[in-house]
Amino acid sequence: MSELRGVIVSHAAVAQALVAAVKAITGIDDALTPISNEGCGTEALGERLREAVGPGPAVLFVDLPGGSCFTSSARYAKQGGAEIAVVTGVNLAMLLDFVFHRDVAPADAARRAVDAGAKAIRVTA
Amino acid sequence: MTLALYRIDDRLIHGQVVVGWGQPLNCSFIVLVDDEVSSSDWEQDLYRMGVSPQIEVIFASVEQAAAQFSDWEADARVGILLVGDVETAVALAARVPQVKRFNVGGVHHRAGRTERLRFVYLTDEEASKLRELAARGVEVTAQDVPTARAVPIGEFT
Repeated sequence: MSELRGVIVSHAAVAQALVAAVKAITGIDDALTPISNEGCGTEALGERLREAVGPGPAVLFVDLPGGSCFTSSARYAKQGGAEIAVVTGVNLAMLLDFVFHRDVAPADAARRAVDAGAKAIRVTA
Repeated sequence: MTLALYRIDDRLIHGQVVVGWGQPLNCSFIVLVDDEVSSSDWEQDLYRMGVSPQIEVIFASVEQAAAQFSDWEADARVGILLVGDVETAVALAARVPQVKRFNVGGVHHRAGRTERLRFVYLTDEEASKLRELAARGVEVTAQDVPTARAVPIGEFT
């Protein structure tokens, strides 16, 4: 199985910042590709996804569970032909876990990422 | 209240609409007028996911919208009506003379379109159709978010 790519799909520069943070913490810079929806209609965002995902397989990490990033990603996953899973509510913790666990199927990687991301959200005081 | 915003936006339901406009307007329902989406359960599920459960989302074709428009206008709640392109806006305005304004909120680049504003790209034909709409008494402005200036049609077509 070829190693999974992660593609982060976000508003503004959130995706780029997350990729930079993962690299700063882990040194890994070849597992994640950032995409912004800045200036994109549905068609242009679909094209950015196509370029980033390539032949797949991939997990798409989307910032919000709705909106243009999400609808384009879900549509691409359904129609794009590659083996793709979509995760919403991306955070740094899930990406840090993901980059070290990419030798599984997209659906399994997505579930693992969601667990890791959820565990990082807590009230501490 | 009534329909408070009539918007042309090729992203349809997304953050700027639901949060950027929906919050300050205290929007309780969104009418999405699109022939393709209105005939696809899967697309409707996708767009519904971007909206909190307390906001009702109504999907309609142009024909259905023309038939139900007066009900939405008479609704006691605040609503937003969305179309995805200039063609649908023109078709709706032609069938529903009560439509008196359109906010161009996001029409993005594709082949044949040129940049008019950072968030508005139009073909010459689309620009012409918007001017015709304005000439028939529909107020057409471009404004992506409520805090931005509403740009009059003469400045972007």
